[in-house]
Amino acid sequence: MTDYIVPLILLSTAALGLWKRENVYDILLQGASQGLKLLVSILPALILLLTAVHMLRASGAIELLGQVFSPVFTRLGIPRETAILVLVRPFSGSAALAVGAELMAQYGVDSAVGRTAAIMLGSTETTFYTISVYFGAAGIRKTRYTVPAALFADLTGFCMASLTARLCFPG
Amino acid sequence: MVMSWILFGMFLISFLCALATGSGSALAAASLEGAQAGVTLAVSMAGAVCLWSGVGRLLETTGVTGWISRRMRPLLTRLFPSVKTDASLGASLSANICANLLGLGNAATPMGIQAAKRMRRGDTATDELCRLVVLNTASIQLIPTNVAAVRSALGCAAPFDILPAVWITSFLSAGLGVAAAWLLGKVWKQ
Repeated sequence: MTDYIVPLILLSTAALGLWKRENVYDILLQGASQGLKLLVSILPALILLLTAVHMLRASGAIELLGQVFSPVFTRLGIPRETAILVLVRPFSGSAALAVGAELMAQYGVDSAVGRTAAIMLGSTETTFYTISVYFGAAGIRKTRYTVPAALFADLTGFCMASLTARLCFPG
Repeated sequence: MVMSWILFGMFLISFLCALATGSGSALAAASLEGAQAGVTLAVSMAGAVCLWSGVGRLLETTGVTGWISRRMRPLLTRLFPSVKTDASLGASLSANICANLLGLGNAATPMGIQAAKRMRRGDTATDELCRLVVLNTASIQLIPTNVAAVRSALGCAAPFDILPAVWITSFLSAGLGVAAAWLLGKVWKQ
């Protein structure tokens, strides 16, 4: 079923655009060049952070981190290999993308760890960055209970990502 | 500045770990491999990211996003009661949530900030503002295209097969996050 979602979106948006007499091709091109700009803007961060992540892995630090957090994570049902992703995710979006991509490459995109990492990335946000952008722009200094509530949402996301990875892809 | 410390921390930890485990030569090779992996990753996800930004543009210009956000506005009054008296707050709030659902981060943030500024009362966050920020920190994106792009870049045959799992997870984490904010708002007075 999920196979048809993206082709259908492409087909229906193009059809709608033509029906509304928009220049569909030009609009898609504009969007694509925006996407390219976005990529260029995150590329330097990806290079730096993947360098750091590869070094962490080669040095055995990621393995060690997983072992340290293993007791807590096992209780929550989160695979210990994803410990580094869980720790990085709330702070930096590009670091989380780098770590997640590395986990998927190392364990395989269709492995349990790879899928859990992908679901985690897809269903959580860069919490602290978002909080600072919103409260910074609105000039709020007392954030009250926002941080605990947002972190609770993140924790729910990490646990549920691990659970749904097991339930939707058994075996 | 925070990122500088994070990066320094990562370098320091890997250096110390490599010293302890004696994997110094692997560490040197890994640093250069990692830098190359960054370029490879960005290039291999470029196609999917560009295609989706194009579709996002098309959804905006054809008025699909506007239509969805108008439909959504009545639902918002429960979560954000001041929408009833402030129509333009309702407009920017629903545009923010709609852009989040469609994964148009570039459009979501300015609308969200506009809503946050209208909700502002002094320098203490109101309950509504806290709920808005919690909703934005919990991803409610329907189609996580960046993740799918990474998966297909790594040779995944069905990069979107995680969608149902992502939906369940996002829905629960956003729902429980907002519920937690609601409960905390009852006890955590200004």
